[in-house]
Amino acid sequence: MDAEVNPAVVTGREFDIEFKLLIDAIFHMYHYDFRGYAQASLRRRLKTAMSRFDCRTLSQLQDKVVHDSSMFAALLDFLTIQVSEMFRDPAYFLALRERVVPLLRTYPSLKVWVAGCSAGEEAYSLAILLHEEGLLSKTIIYATDINTHTLQKAAAGVYGVGRIAGFTANHHQSGARSSLSDYYSAAYDRAVFNKSLKDHIVFSDHSLATDSVFAEVQLVSCRNVLIYFNRTLRDRALGLFREALCRRGFLGIGAKESLRFSAQADAFLDFAPAERIFQRRPEL
Amino acid sequence: MNLAGRIDAVVIGASAGGIEALTVLLPALSPGLRPPVFIVLHLPRDRPSVLVDIFARKCAVPVREAEDKEMVAPGTVYFAPNDYHLLVDPGPQLALSADDPVHHSRPSVDVLFESAADIYRDRLLGIILTGANEDGASGLAAVHDAGGVTMVQRPDTALAPHMALSALKLRPADCVLTLNEIAGMLQTLDASPTPMRMS
Repeated sequence: MDAEVNPAVVTGREFDIEFKLLIDAIFHMYHYDFRGYAQASLRRRLKTAMSRFDCRTLSQLQDKVVHDSSMFAALLDFLTIQVSEMFRDPAYFLALRERVVPLLRTYPSLKVWVAGCSAGEEAYSLAILLHEEGLLSKTIIYATDINTHTLQKAAAGVYGVGRIAGFTANHHQSGARSSLSDYYSAAYDRAVFNKSLKDHIVFSDHSLATDSVFAEVQLVSCRNVLIYFNRTLRDRALGLFREALCRRGFLGIGAKESLRFSAQADAFLDFAPAERIFQRRPEL
Repeated sequence: MNLAGRIDAVVIGASAGGIEALTVLLPALSPGLRPPVFIVLHLPRDRPSVLVDIFARKCAVPVREAEDKEMVAPGTVYFAPNDYHLLVDPGPQLALSADDPVHHSRPSVDVLFESAADIYRDRLLGIILTGANEDGASGLAAVHDAGGVTMVQRPDTALAPHMALSALKLRPADCVLTLNEIAGMLQTLDASPTPMRMS
């Protein structure tokens, strides 16, 4: 049974203190660093987790998490899992296709980094787009996330068929040159995406909070991830993207994200501002 | 009830009929208002929001779409963007999230109200207007439980009464009022600048 969480109990000063203690405990115990996450969303997710794990206080949750690593794995799903869609915000993919792809064609080989890939929807979307544009064969997509459980799901590339209609509509609006059904096989209530896509995607464990750059890439796609970070951590992540991108490489962020108020804003030029695509300044 | 000296921020939640209701309320905000006003209004997804265009022309105070990581400015009306939750972070600073819909809604009234209650505690005014679902009820309860002031549009005057009725079922509201009465109350909010509260 879910515990009835009384907002009066969880919004007080005690919650603030227990919140900091839990985040510190997770960092020291498991080396996952949530200290730079935007607080309001994280607090909300923790409240949901308290209810789910039958904890009346964050201290109770902390007790379970510190003494049971499987509890931590379960909590991590609450703190990180992001349900996305394939070709979410089709205008973004249309702009990639029409404006970025012509420049990507000029490189002999391509590396793309999907940072914060969650269950893989974005990585598969980009793989399909690049396949349609004839570029996938010379491309490696690095799809990274901090949650290894989610990465396993992403690598499997299996989605409920109930979601396929939405994916297909988005794909169509992205200027599709093929049918989405070319890229998966449906079995019972699931759609399994093709190995030919997976062969070009490397799923791996990487933290924007604690790890460094691992490759030079021509495109970074990191959408609806930076909204979960505070300004300091957002700037760290943007610094990594700047370092990873080749000169004139591209950065795509979420429809409601911006580089405003960022110390890294000067490193990037507007490229397709309405679709939130930026280009690394060549002179840096 | 007089709100002078009592309120540092206002949150408003509405759904069906919300544009008409806000057309009564927002023009009542006086120029030079001090508390910021955060609004979640449910709209059909995948449609560019025209709320800012609609209300900027009718209002004496600045009206903006909330941007992630923007510092909260006094006396400004912030609408949650379509398809994102709006929250308030310490600072106070605006925050957006793409977390799952709550009560089938993104943005969700509950998400905004609960996060604002965390920040503003007993200095928050929460207002639930017309709407056909129950989003906002537990959010307004959070405002109440943090010691804030709660107002609900009189259900018999709401285009869709369900949102107001759900809120009233969970907690009694400090005031249950018509839109014109709520508009009158908003005129008692502090003007800026005003001496800061001693803490």
